[in-house]
Amino acid sequence: MAQPRIGVFVCHCGRNIAGTVDVEGVTEEASRIPGVVLSTHYDYMCSDPGQEMVARAIREHRLNGVVVAACSPGMHEETFRHAAQAAGLNPYLVEMANIREQCSWVHRGAAATEKASRILATVVEKVRGNLPLEPSTMGHSTKCLVIGGGVAGIQAALDVANAGYEVLLVERSPSIGGRMAQLSETFPTLDCSQCILTPKMVEVDRHPNIRVLANSKIEEVSGFVGNWDVRIRKGATYVDPDKCNLCGDCVEACPVRVPHEFEEGLTERAGIYIPFPQAIPSSYTLDVQSCLGLKPLRCSECAKACEAGAINYDMQDELLEEEVGAIVVATGYETLPKAAMAEYGYGEIADVISGLEYERMASASGPTQGEIRCPSDGRVPKEVVFIQCSGSRDPELYKPYCSKICCMYTAKHALLYRHSVPDGQAYVFYIDIRAGGKGYEEFVQRVMEEERILYLRGKVAKVFQDGDKVMVWGADTLTGRRVEVAADLVVLAQAVVPSQGVVDLARKLRVSVDEHGFLKEAHPKLRPLEALAAGVFLAGAAQGPKDIPEAVGQGSGAAAKALMLLSSPELVHSPEIAEVAEHLCSACGICAPQCPYEAITVEDTAVVNEMLCEGCGTCVAACPSGAMNLRNLADSQVLAMLHAALKEHEEAEVLGG
Amino acid sequence: MAELKHEPKIAAFLCRWCAYAGADLAGTNRLAYPPNMIPIRVPCSGRVEPAWVIEALRSGADGVLIGGCHPGDCHYVSGNYKARRRVELLRDVLAGLGVNPARVKLVWVSASEGVRFAQVVRDYVEEIRGLGPNRGEFGVPEEVDDRAGRIAQAVEQAVNHG
Repeated sequence: MAQPRIGVFVCHCGRNIAGTVDVEGVTEEASRIPGVVLSTHYDYMCSDPGQEMVARAIREHRLNGVVVAACSPGMHEETFRHAAQAAGLNPYLVEMANIREQCSWVHRGAAATEKASRILATVVEKVRGNLPLEPSTMGHSTKCLVIGGGVAGIQAALDVANAGYEVLLVERSPSIGGRMAQLSETFPTLDCSQCILTPKMVEVDRHPNIRVLANSKIEEVSGFVGNWDVRIRKGATYVDPDKCNLCGDCVEACPVRVPHEFEEGLTERAGIYIPFPQAIPSSYTLDVQSCLGLKPLRCSECAKACEAGAINYDMQDELLEEEVGAIVVATGYETLPKAAMAEYGYGEIADVISGLEYERMASASGPTQGEIRCPSDGRVPKEVVFIQCSGSRDPELYKPYCSKICCMYTAKHALLYRHSVPDGQAYVFYIDIRAGGKGYEEFVQRVMEEERILYLRGKVAKVFQDGDKVMVWGADTLTGRRVEVAADLVVLAQAVVPSQGVVDLARKLRVSVDEHGFLKEAHPKLRPLEALAAGVFLAGAAQGPKDIPEAVGQGSGAAAKALMLLSSPELVHSPEIAEVAEHLCSACGICAPQCPYEAITVEDTAVVNEMLCEGCGTCVAACPSGAMNLRNLADSQVLAMLHAALKEHEEAEVLGG
Repeated sequence: MAELKHEPKIAAFLCRWCAYAGADLAGTNRLAYPPNMIPIRVPCSGRVEPAWVIEALRSGADGVLIGGCHPGDCHYVSGNYKARRRVELLRDVLAGLGVNPARVKLVWVSASEGVRFAQVVRDYVEEIRGLGPNRGEFGVPEEVDDRAGRIAQAVEQAVNHG
């Protein structure tokens, strides 16, 4: 500021400030600060006449800085910056001195007035050093990338597309639908999961604004918010979807049988397959990992069987380069795999299965058409033990967190079992019942009381094979008694874990994961849908265990966040960020790793990406050569503020005496 | 005649997202605390430079309070951890300069902790009152000034490399 012409406006805030602080005295004191050309006071500065007073003074006194001594900047900084801008003053030359919340409301007497003057003086010093700033702006792509085609990704894609923006929906498996497509019925309403999901899948498929890239993976992501360059590998399916008429002759012809992923390995599939009848895209896929025919010697049984001539062994992966403005990550979850967990005989005893396997069995479209059977010999189980928290809430061995959905789906499983096997007995071992959702507690109570499911509070100590039975030894901690069940089937509510490959994807996107591999949100309370990298949004269980309504809600929320970005004419970013004095920078690179947003790159000097920097100033404090500066909070400003705050007054020594 | 009594002067750097908002909440709830502290709003405790603290102590502050977000809650992810490391090293330097390291204090106060904010200030004012006026070597002979400046720089480098 060449020749400071600062205006000071002290607010009475009715009696809120003036009742404690000697407003006239503070105004008078401020008028003596060098550079202050006008110091005045008024009843309510935030009122229209008050704002007009500031605006008029800016014009009449050609002010190049304004300090409003009133409430917290959180209350009215925007108000006065706006008023100043309308009067022709750059809004970044306006600051608030907080003499209400941090002074008149908490102090009394002469000391309050004295402190108000000091606070005001510090802010005058800040304004003296402030520079007029303009927000950075930048054009951007209006396309949205959604990674993951489960229900959260589907919802996000539909919402963005329905708002009129283009969506690329990338799914790594051959069909969208995710976990929800595998589920039998949904708690607590017992809707058929596929019946409510497939209409949405069809809507995605025929939406003119959505392009589904199944069997596809994100290879590389560069750029930043609004302007991401994404390389996507669209895996060859070796089946031309336009020619494939879903007759299934190829499956009959294929000699290969491998565990069926969609059926959680309960059945087998051929090397060429469609995950489930309603799959989208609606086409068969040749699984190159298990196919015998691709090379070197072609089996080619499927191609021979295909009358439509849809099978093409020469199909290649496609590499797509796409520019997108926003990215929604909805990569979902898995459950703790067999390999990771030997406890409870999982993976060793055939009749010990996971909740997801049970879902497939309970599903009308599953391998048993909804009949509950023992995988070992297909008999109908008469005694079933459900074990909750299998791998969850177990910080010593597995996951310390609660997987959130298991209490509810176990109650549902037990209910479905009773409906399938009315004379069977079901037991549920639980630690606590966590049924915090609309209609959830009522559902669990109904299962406990009406369905006569035996809920046993306690952990299972041992599960072992005994003839054709699975022995479950546990304790009921409510009665203190030992419990032994000779079960036919044991169902484990396996811990929810992030999808495989998420850590790798997060690295490509430059977003963080937490210690368990779930994607980390920008703020756990206030920014749960945003990743720390600007322009990347999170939806569904990729961020942490979630049930369907939460995942759908987050899908919509992430879409709204993405739309805010896509629909803005240009990206506007606060200019109160870090900047580099190039002549001082030695490119030592100390600043770059300090930045949580990866906004700094080091070339000949450090370079701050204006769109990524959030203005925390951590790099500035780290710079050993004073080359990094935080705009409008420079070291020189803070030091001047300190001197103003600590200035000696003669009467200071007797204050409070 | 009024009894001459030392009133501590405290400069405070308050993170705008947590401690500063906590101070606002203390105000909204009319939770009185001593007026000895002058707040300076900063974007993050990670913006606070050790040199500021030294300058404050040289300029007559009897204590410097830094208010940041609780571990894990930093608005900017990790600025509070960086502040913690910097302050820890700074304490050693202060001790070396003959200044009681208790004259700088880093506290975690969230935006919802108005009660805690008021209590933190009350406690700190009493703590500093107990230490008496800051009569460290700061600001006495010229060469000490230079030394403080050099050490401030050394601290920064050490922190940033460490």
